[in-house]
Amino acid sequence: MKRRTLVTTGVAGAAGLVAAEQLAEQYDLVPPDGSGIYGPGTTLTYAAHRLLTRNALAREFPRSEISRPPHQNGKPPKEEAYVKHVEAGFADWRVQVDGMVARPTTLSVADLRRYPSRSQITHLACEEGWSYIAEWTGAPLSEVLNLVGARTGAKFVVFHTIQNGWWGSIDIDEARHPQTLLAYGMNGGELPPGHGGPLRLRVPRQLGYRSLKYVNRITVTDRAPEGRSEYSWYAGI
Amino acid sequence: MAEPRHRVLVRVTHWLTALSFLALLVTGVEILISHPRFYWGEAGNASGPYLFKLPIPASRGLETGYSFVLPDQNGWSRNLHFQAAWLVAFTALVYGISGLRRGHFRRNLLPARSDLSWRAMSASWKAHLRFEPSSGEGYNVLQRLAYAGVVFGLFPLMIWTGLAMAPGFTAAFPLTVTAFGGQQSARTIHFFATLALVLFVVVHVAMVWVTGFRAGLRGMTIGQSKESL
Repeated sequence: MKRRTLVTTGVAGAAGLVAAEQLAEQYDLVPPDGSGIYGPGTTLTYAAHRLLTRNALAREFPRSEISRPPHQNGKPPKEEAYVKHVEAGFADWRVQVDGMVARPTTLSVADLRRYPSRSQITHLACEEGWSYIAEWTGAPLSEVLNLVGARTGAKFVVFHTIQNGWWGSIDIDEARHPQTLLAYGMNGGELPPGHGGPLRLRVPRQLGYRSLKYVNRITVTDRAPEGRSEYSWYAGI
Repeated sequence: MAEPRHRVLVRVTHWLTALSFLALLVTGVEILISHPRFYWGEAGNASGPYLFKLPIPASRGLETGYSFVLPDQNGWSRNLHFQAAWLVAFTALVYGISGLRRGHFRRNLLPARSDLSWRAMSASWKAHLRFEPSSGEGYNVLQRLAYAGVVFGLFPLMIWTGLAMAPGFTAAFPLTVTAFGGQQSARTIHFFATLALVLFVVVHVAMVWVTGFRAGLRGMTIGQSKESL
């Protein structure tokens, strides 16, 4: 290879990287964990998915594909607060919706049931490698965001759970995606405690760890949430 | 100056691929041991039937028959796995474009039609089994088939089955996973293709050893020509 070719390629490559970085910032293609030693990989994955998948719908399945029995991963929380909710039939379960919203609201599961509901039979894949198919019923998160008046400029939605300190977040596009549900039903019945009852997030375009169980607070924000987990923040793989 | 044994682009992409493959293999094993069971079709889990399982302990709470659980290193393993996948994908892109433009595939990797006859193939097999040195210029037919199989078969299959396990990707391109019969089928094929690639690496390194390790290594690093060896 000629020296001139080498220098030209190097300069063009560096300029291309700078331009790519600016474009990525401008179009929100950099995930919250886009820096650090694995930053290049997570950023490439997230940016590629955001450009390729856009509004694509996760695959839905016929009823005959539903996994029997539905695989339960782990046991419900043992915290006293949760046990009391189970005993009370979740009548007092509340979800606080706050942050960049015009009307901060607190919703009960009964409130959510009055929203237009959506049922979908989708695949839930764990990062460990196993998976199952089930039908989930719930309120599309986009409906909730519209009701509380999520402000323009909001970039992330953060979900808190009753499991001590367990939380996670998705970007606003995934939050407004029609298949992203606040699920209260599963396989025709109520969402059982072992599956996150009374309320779990369902994000069928991402791995299972993004479908948080036992959701009790939802915060709309424009700040990149701190990485809690050592797993990549974007879980569409 | 004599023509180098391998062009500089082939040498650089060879070692980038080797590095990526090592990272993908180590982290892939780490990811696998969190659930060393395999399924066929769309879904599969510990509550249902499985295709087969590996007789090893797991790094998570899967019932394996062992009394202990292996250390769980899935965090960095997953991150490094996908970062190395990007590196090998870009490397493959550069290698693929260059190989097409320079005629590398046609000249060095694809076997000649006359070499694919039963007679020529069995002659090549016999020569290999007798450890006879390869005669003539360039790669012999079995080498060509092995290299072409890896470059055009196994590597694309690894990337494809990997993508077929990504729920975001398959939302946009559902055919990439339904073509295999489901996400769990893709995972199982990903595993067997890994075994095939490991087998290739073992035979590849053994062959380099048998035919002169130092000379082979010099050819693939500093690019010494065959004549000057």
